[in-house]
Amino acid sequence: MASKGIKDRVAIVGMGCTKFGEHWDKGTEDLLVDAAYQAYESAGVEPNDIDAYWLGTMGSGISGLTLSEPLKIQYKPVTRVENMCATGSEALRQACYAVASGAFDIAMAIGVEKLKDSGYSGLVINNPPNDGTQGSMTAPASFSLLAPAYFKKYGLDPDKGKDVLTRIAWKNHKNGAKNPKAQFQKEVSLEAIKNSPKIADPLGIMDCSGVSDGSAAAIVVRAEDAHKYCKNPIYIKALSFIAGPAEGPLSQDYDFTTFREVVATAKDAYAQAGITNPREQISMAEVHDCFTPTELVLYEDLGFSPRGTAWQDVMDGFFDLEGKLPVNPDGGLKSFGHPIGASGLRMMYEMWLQMRGEAGPRQIKNPKVGLTHNLGGAPGRCVSFVSVVGSQVG
Amino acid sequence: MPVMAGIVSYGSYVPYRRLKRSAIAAVLGTPAGKGERAIASFDEDSVSIAVEAVRDALKAAPPGDVQALIFATTTPPYAEKLSAAVIGAAAMLPAEIRASDMTGSVRAGLSALLQGADAIGGGARRALVAIGDCRLAAPEGKAEQTTGDGAVAFVLGSEGAIAEIEASASLTREFLDSWRAQGERFSHSWEERFTLTQAHSPLLGTVIKHVLEKAKVAPSDLSKVILDAPNVRAADEIARALKIDPAKFSDSFALTVGQTGAAHAGLMLAAALPSAKPGDRILVATVADGADAILFRVTPANAGFKPVHSVGRMIESKGDVSYASYLKWREILPTEPPRRPDPERPAGPPMMRSEKWKFGFIGSRCTNCGTPQLPPQLVCVKCHQRGKMEPYGFADRTAKIATYAIDRLAYSLNPPTVNVVIDFAGGGRFLCEMTDCEPDKVAIGDEVEMTFRRLFTADGVNNYFWKARPRR
Repeated sequence: MASKGIKDRVAIVGMGCTKFGEHWDKGTEDLLVDAAYQAYESAGVEPNDIDAYWLGTMGSGISGLTLSEPLKIQYKPVTRVENMCATGSEALRQACYAVASGAFDIAMAIGVEKLKDSGYSGLVINNPPNDGTQGSMTAPASFSLLAPAYFKKYGLDPDKGKDVLTRIAWKNHKNGAKNPKAQFQKEVSLEAIKNSPKIADPLGIMDCSGVSDGSAAAIVVRAEDAHKYCKNPIYIKALSFIAGPAEGPLSQDYDFTTFREVVATAKDAYAQAGITNPREQISMAEVHDCFTPTELVLYEDLGFSPRGTAWQDVMDGFFDLEGKLPVNPDGGLKSFGHPIGASGLRMMYEMWLQMRGEAGPRQIKNPKVGLTHNLGGAPGRCVSFVSVVGSQVG
Repeated sequence: MPVMAGIVSYGSYVPYRRLKRSAIAAVLGTPAGKGERAIASFDEDSVSIAVEAVRDALKAAPPGDVQALIFATTTPPYAEKLSAAVIGAAAMLPAEIRASDMTGSVRAGLSALLQGADAIGGGARRALVAIGDCRLAAPEGKAEQTTGDGAVAFVLGSEGAIAEIEASASLTREFLDSWRAQGERFSHSWEERFTLTQAHSPLLGTVIKHVLEKAKVAPSDLSKVILDAPNVRAADEIARALKIDPAKFSDSFALTVGQTGAAHAGLMLAAALPSAKPGDRILVATVADGADAILFRVTPANAGFKPVHSVGRMIESKGDVSYASYLKWREILPTEPPRRPDPERPAGPPMMRSEKWKFGFIGSRCTNCGTPQLPPQLVCVKCHQRGKMEPYGFADRTAKIATYAIDRLAYSLNPPTVNVVIDFAGGGRFLCEMTDCEPDKVAIGDEVEMTFRRLFTADGVNNYFWKARPRR
């Protein structure tokens, strides 16, 4: 009863992405207009050619007016969507289904977040009025729950485990150093990462993704129309999204070494795309490395590494830019930055660049099949998104 | 024939943290006092610590029988709002009870006991007296060293008492001793020689004389004397005047806990009861704006009563707090707020809807598949059946740590915040804060128990809920 999918029925024909980082001189509207116009130009279309928009933002505005007002969109539908940190991917998913259905011929998905204006450290989420029993765990603390559980289950002593996490951050910074749009374009030594100030033990500040401003956009059409707009579009092979039942905080059988939601979205996406051996068949992946233990666990949940072995693959360089399966070639959330609503589309932007041979010094040789993975929430209680895209139909 | 009221069960609570008097001296450059005092943690107040004592007291006396509840303290968390209502909710007392707060003087504790006894005399099946105090004093003052934080609770009744009230006496006098105006945090007190010689000694002497006369008991018949007076010399004078063997005077915990305000006489009584023999007479007296004295006679039932946590065990179970942390916890030392939003005030309607969960820690259990779960669910997390839930309490169940997080970013008066995922014996999992622990010692598999705490105060609303703590 899995989703039927829309394999090869929708193509991305234009994309845009602002530099991510501390944009003290730009507001949400500046970022949106910048990303949208980059995407228009990339697809060779005029603003008025777009039939409908999906805007993803977690907290930088409400309603479609957040987009239609600065862009002066001429009486077209704009839908604001929110699915925590997977918001950008959700906007893309809605736009893809809209053109696949035939309701519209050409649609834009755009995501944005302006985090640096809050004045707070880290991410802040506003809760509805409540009974005061929910607790106040920060995002790094929530994801740090994975570390002791994973270390214990697979017999990693905490120091060795910390080395594994450190190498993940090191790899993502190394990749981001080659990316002119990344928030942090600098390699960071293993020692500096390992000794960074503690945020949520064993996580230091250098285990955390960058708090960032930014926007990214994609223009989608039905696959048969793709070549009207560009020579080398990328094709949607699979889109899977799940909001989990949040069993983790309730059930003793959840052990905090996996995201069940990710396992389920990966299974669904692989079925849609016809992937049977992701470790071999996927050329590259952008995954949701909000914190280093997340990326470690995702390798196993996405089927890139057998259970309990991802840490070994990390140490072997399997996921390095030069490795067998490069993960987060653009630097990931860690180095590219994490403006919530934009991140899912930023991941897709790297697929777009890599498959078109436009990734510059971090270009992967001839990638055929790419995966993006985006999640929101916390271990045991989250939403997850997986897409598979390809450079060719079939 | 008037109904004879007595103590049916009791519980006591001494907070985990201790402040060494030498630690105060080291910071302030004052002469170092001996011993230490008990410190309610940053997430405790007079109500939450009273709840801890009440939970123990109610283990041997079902809450459904309680018809009157009196909470006594000199440090009520609210100037307007009934603290006893919070205690009633946390203790799962029925709604059909008379409840009141008694405050204004350290005498409030014994006054509450006497009011509870009157309620029994008036026909109540059981009366619950909860006393908790978190004594706050200005840095460098004597009271900062001599006071302490603690709580005690007594269930009173006419049947099954372990210690009966044989007689009581009260005196009320207006004189200037200790006072604290509205809005002030620290108390003032008059010069000691005046209060000792003109008020405390004579008032105690008289009230004790009265209670012994009423009961027709000679001072030499007393097995134990529990005297709670601000000045230790009052006890010497009473001993001399009434020719009572000084060995019969109970230890006042000056070196281990400090004087716990309204709770102190009760706490000393709770410490004395376990070793008391049937027929023993225990005199309890306290002085402040007058004096109260109660004469208890221990019954054979006392031998069968074992407190869940004895006062002695509570005193032994402890960990140090630095003077700097203490000053921050009490917000005596203002600190730079973190670059995080202030906690949000909890909202009235959702708190009322979830009263049993929030205050009583009552989750649910699926009657279809038997899975306990918390917070209470509508659809079972295991078998996914709707509407099969029954209430299921978790407050008194132990649990083990499945994993944990040390949060250095979250807002807290006592960073880092330790969060734990805990698995309850018998089923059920919860993610909550852990308190009274050393963050670097937390480990998967550690055993924890639940404790009632004040998570934070926002817009004047005290947000009470439950946390885990290492077993005490």
